[in-house]
This record gives sequence, C-alpha cells and structure tokens, in this order.
Amino acid sequence: MSALLALTETASVVAASTDNPRADFRDTPLWLSAVKALLVFVYLLISTLLVIWFERRVIGRMQQRPGPNRNGPFGLLQTLADGMKSMLKEDVRPKAADAFVFTLAPLITATMCFVAFSIIPLAGDVWMFGHRTPFQLTDTPVAVLLVLAIAGVGIYGVVLAGWSSGSTYPLMGGLRSSAQMISYEIAMGLSLVAVFLYAGSMSTSQIVGAQRDLWFIIPAFFSFFVYVITMVGETNRLPFDLAEGEGELTGGFHTEYGSMRFAMFFLGEYINMFTVAALATTMFLGGWQAPPGIAAVNDGMFNEGWWGLLWFTVKLWMFMFVFVWLRGSLPRVRYDQFMRFGWKFLIPATLTWVVLVAVFRAGQNGWLGGGVDVAGRRFPVVSLFLVGAIAVLALVGGWLWDRRAEAKEAAAHPAVPDDVDPYAGGHPVPPLPGQRLREPSLTAPALPAGSDTKEATRG
Amino acid sequence: MTGGGEQVLFWVLGPLAVAGALGLVFAKKAVHAALGMALTMIILGVFYIAQDAEFLGVIQIFVYTGAVMMLFLFVIMLIGVDSSDSLVETLTGQRWVTALLCLGLGGILASAIGQVTWGEAVGLDAVNAETGNVSGVAQLIFGRYVWVFELTSALLITAALGAMVLAHRERLGKGPNQREWSRRRFREGENLAGLPAPGVYARHNAVDTPALLPDGTPSPLSLSRVLTAREQVLSPDVYLEAEAAIEREMTEESER
Repeated sequence: MSALLALTETASVVAASTDNPRADFRDTPLWLSAVKALLVFVYLLISTLLVIWFERRVIGRMQQRPGPNRNGPFGLLQTLADGMKSMLKEDVRPKAADAFVFTLAPLITATMCFVAFSIIPLAGDVWMFGHRTPFQLTDTPVAVLLVLAIAGVGIYGVVLAGWSSGSTYPLMGGLRSSAQMISYEIAMGLSLVAVFLYAGSMSTSQIVGAQRDLWFIIPAFFSFFVYVITMVGETNRLPFDLAEGEGELTGGFHTEYGSMRFAMFFLGEYINMFTVAALATTMFLGGWQAPPGIAAVNDGMFNEGWWGLLWFTVKLWMFMFVFVWLRGSLPRVRYDQFMRFGWKFLIPATLTWVVLVAVFRAGQNGWLGGGVDVAGRRFPVVSLFLVGAIAVLALVGGWLWDRRAEAKEAAAHPAVPDDVDPYAGGHPVPPLPGQRLREPSLTAPALPAGSDTKEATRG
Repeated sequence: MTGGGEQVLFWVLGPLAVAGALGLVFAKKAVHAALGMALTMIILGVFYIAQDAEFLGVIQIFVYTGAVMMLFLFVIMLIGVDSSDSLVETLTGQRWVTALLCLGLGGILASAIGQVTWGEAVGLDAVNAETGNVSGVAQLIFGRYVWVFELTSALLITAALGAMVLAHRERLGKGPNQREWSRRRFREGENLAGLPAPGVYARHNAVDTPALLPDGTPSPLSLSRVLTAREQVLSPDVYLEAEAAIEREMTEESER
C-alpha cells in the first residue's frame, strides 16, 4: 500500500496552472477540422464493421465453432453484407406507433454516439497537409463531462423508441434500459472524479499529458474497476443486457424496429462501446501514449506523431476483446440484482473512494500538515495514517469474513465420521463420499422405544 | 460584439429554441411537449457554450436534459398522461382571467426590463485564460458564494427528503395473512370456499366477465371491485352462445 502511495506521488505532475486543454489548435484551419471529423467518422465506421465480425468470430471460437467465414477473406465482409441486407429490407412501422418520434429515436441514437468521439485524442500532434495539429477534433475544459452529457441525450433515443412503438414490451424495455443507463452513469461519473483530481483538469489532452510518467490505472485502480463495470452496464451489453432479455421482453426497446432504423440502433450500440472504451483508454491507460517499455526506446521515438494512433487502437481493441469475452462467458444477471449492485455498492463505494483520493491529493499538496521522510521520499502524515488505518481495517474485515465463511461452511457440511455401520439404523444405508464401510453388525440393533409409532404416522 | 460564427449560430438555433418552447405549450401529446422542452434546454446549453461558459453549458445539458427531463418523460410515459384526458373546464371564465393576468405580467416585465441600463459586456475570455473555466466557477462557488451554495444544497436535500417522507407510506399494523382470512371467513360463515373466480368458459377466460352460478345466473361477487366501479364489466352472453354452439355440435356428433 505504501508503495502504491509512492506511485501516486510521482503521478502528481500537474504542469499547467489552469485546467484549460493542453492541445494546441492554433495551427488548425477550419477545413482541417472538417477533414479530421471525416477521419474520425470513417475510423469509427470501419471499426464498427470490424468489431461485429470480430465479436462473431471470437464468440464462435469460444463456443468451438468457426463463426462467419464465407464472405470475403476470413468472412470479413459479412457485416457489410448484413448492412446491405438491412438497407434493402422493407421499412415497417406499426399502426399504433407515433410516426414522428418513431423516426426521430433511431436518428438520435445514431448521431449522438458519434458526437462524443470528437473530444477523444486519437494521437498526439501530427503533421497533416502541412499543418501541425493534435489528432483530436476539439478539446474543451469540460471535455469528459461533455461525453457524459452526450450519453445522457443519447438515452432519449432508447426511451423514445420504447414509447413511440405503441406496444407494451418496447415500452417496458425502453424504461428499463434507460433506468439502467441513468443509474450506471452516476457511478461512472463518480469513478471519473478521482482521475480529475489526479490530473487537475477535465480536458482529455491534459489528462493524457498527466499520464506521461504513470498511467492512472495504478493510482486510481478502484476507479478503473468501477468504470469497467459501469461501461458494460452503460452500453447494455451482456451480462447487463437486461433491456433485451429475450425470454421476458423479446427485443426490448427495438422490438418493433426493422430495416435501416434497426441498423441505426445497432450502429449506435457498437459505437457507444467504442466511445466508453476510448474514454477508458484516455482516462486510465495513458491514451495514445506508448506502453512503458516502448515509450523509452530511442528517446521516445515511438511516443509521438502517428504512432499514437497505433497504441490508441491497440488499447481500444483490448477493451473490445473484454466486451466480447464477457459476452461469451457470463449469463445475464437479474434486474433487481443489477440495480442493487449499482445503487447500494458501486455508488457508495465510489463516493468513499473519491473522498479518500481527495484527502491523498490534499496531503500531497501539503494542505494537511507536514510529512515524514521514508526511503528518500517525503510522504504526508495524513496519507500514511489513512493507508495504515485502511490496511488494519482490511485485515480485521478479512479475518471476520474468513471466520464467518468458515462457520457457514461448517454449518453447511457437518462433520461425518470416517467409517459407517450400514445397518446402524435398522436398514441398509450407502456410505457418503469418503466414508468407509465398517463390518456390518449382523444382529439388528434394538429400535429406540416409540420409533415405530412415528414411522407409522409418517406413512 | 459577437463574432460572425456566433451570430449564425444564434439565428439558426434561436428560432428552434422558440419553436421548442411553443411546442411545449401547444403540443397535443404530453411526450411531444416534453420533447419540445428538452430541445429548448439543449439549445440554451449550446448558447452558454458559445458564450465561453463551457462548464455551465455542459451542466445545463447534463443535468436538465439528461436527468430532469428524463424523469419527466418517465412519469408521463408510466402514468400515461395523453390527449384522452378530459378537457372540460371546471373553472368558468378562467381563460379570460388568465389572459388578463398574462398581459399584466408582460406589462410589468416589459417596463422593468426596459428601465435597465446595460453596461459594456465583459465576456469570459480573460477569466478563462487566467484561471480556466471550471476553476473560475469553482473559485466563485467555493470561495465568495460558499454560503449561498451550501444553503441552496441544504434546501434541495431538505426538499428531496421531504418529498420522500410525504410519499412514503408506513404500514402501521400487520395485514391479515391467508390463515387469518380463512379463520374470519369461517367465523362469519359466508363464502367459506373464498369468492368465486371470474368467468371461465368453454373457449374463453375473461377477468371482466362474471362467473356463472350452477343455475346459470351471473355472480357479481366474482368480479374485481375496481372493474365494477369503473363500469368495465361485460355480459357473459357472447361466451354462453359459443358454449351453446359447442354443445349443439357435440350432441349432433354423438347422434350421428
């Protein structure tokens, strides 16, 4: 724990005095922004095409079958074929549907998912058509909040789709998934607060810059843990895809949708996966920066320019693999369990964590009294005390938990004697696993008085 | 003065915001009204961002559109407020009084706002460059206005707790369980086997149709009180005809 504290100390490099973005857009004319927007758009579309294929292939491997392998090399063009098919299908709208909102809902989902990607830094400063510009569309002092706000607006697509279908299951599915997304957005926002405290800013370029020496996954490990859970809940993916529990709600909010409108929801879902994964990469895994060993090679040769795009993509696809892996291995949870977990564990635990991080940061800034020198480094007394207290609490808690688990185990499996007399009770009984048979006593034991009347009444 | 881009933004989004506000007032369906309001709120947030108040703008979208309006939508969808509500006015002449009051309010506002003298706009450029937008807001909230801020938050928490206390219904006693219901029935000597279940017919089950007693008369006891009060009870004649048809078929079959 104290080693961890040492790491948090080194992470506290808040270079700039303000929380304004570090990215410099002065050499970026308007047309170049348009080009970058197009690039991000194309990057996302191609990634979506690939990830659907990737998901089906990987899940196929996990279930010991090949997966789609007919269209194009390795079946790569399967998603394209599926997309063309849904474009050519007949567009059906239920009679009871609200025509305007029914069309508006998929449009909201499909547009909002792209907006959030505009603040994600895909690479550092790159040369593009003779201009030196950061490879991110824009950055603001509130960039990460903007992602959360856009996600909040994106939920309208789900709610309105459920309502406007004019049918019961979609309405229930829509309300369910929006309640789910809103609840998990709270825990998600809280988990990111620790990162803001360490980076001293909410702008993505500053957060990436602050991770030059140490990725925030280490000092903010608990936030990462919470964020990864909430990002699965936020994107409605297994094991949290309660909105489309086939057994109970058929397709959830998009039951009545078909053809291109359905394809828009599908696109939105996958791009939302990319958005939350990109945010996780930016917040916890150093964004576009090279992994520690490689970053040091040849004076940071691999840590600048277009190389960033490679590292960013690799980290992004690691999260994609986790999404697929979860889907391949976990069953769906129950809705009440899911909500209880979110509201009664994730949110309070994250709140406590944020308070702890705030105290650590205040200690590092020297606001809470002096420090002591340990092994050549200076540690604030408050932080050391807190770490000690938490360690003691964890030890005591673990000991108590262990004892309770032992007691439970003992109650569940009462001790059985090593060997058993099969005729002890008057009629033959097979031995339990691990028991040996004793030589049977051939004379039947005297039955306890009154036992036969009991037998008789039981029958 | 405002720059060219900001002017274009204003003249495009301003009418849209007004249209959303008008939609809130005039839309027939409650969900459409809520959508109009959400649109106006989002555009207000965009305006704040355009005027360099990025934090305020994003929070406006995040909190009001993402959370508050969403709760409104939930309520509207679950309770199902829609155009089928009764539009009969219970207060006679209230439209005229409302119009009069609106005119009065408009007059007061116009005269009050007309007397204001506007100073030169300062803008947020200097503050944003010097302390940063979020830090600037934070320094005001947790510095100069910390008391106002904390008092407001205490007020809001009190309101939330009050709403929970008012809406929460504590159960004073324990409700009777199945065994007690059964005992009571036998003590009173009525409906010893429980109330009859609603209509179960040869080809249909219907919760809004009474069951038939052995002599063929419908039993009103078998219906839910709520349905009876709402006058949503159907007559069992249709199902009886179907039953008679089936019986006729069966007798013909056996005679053949």
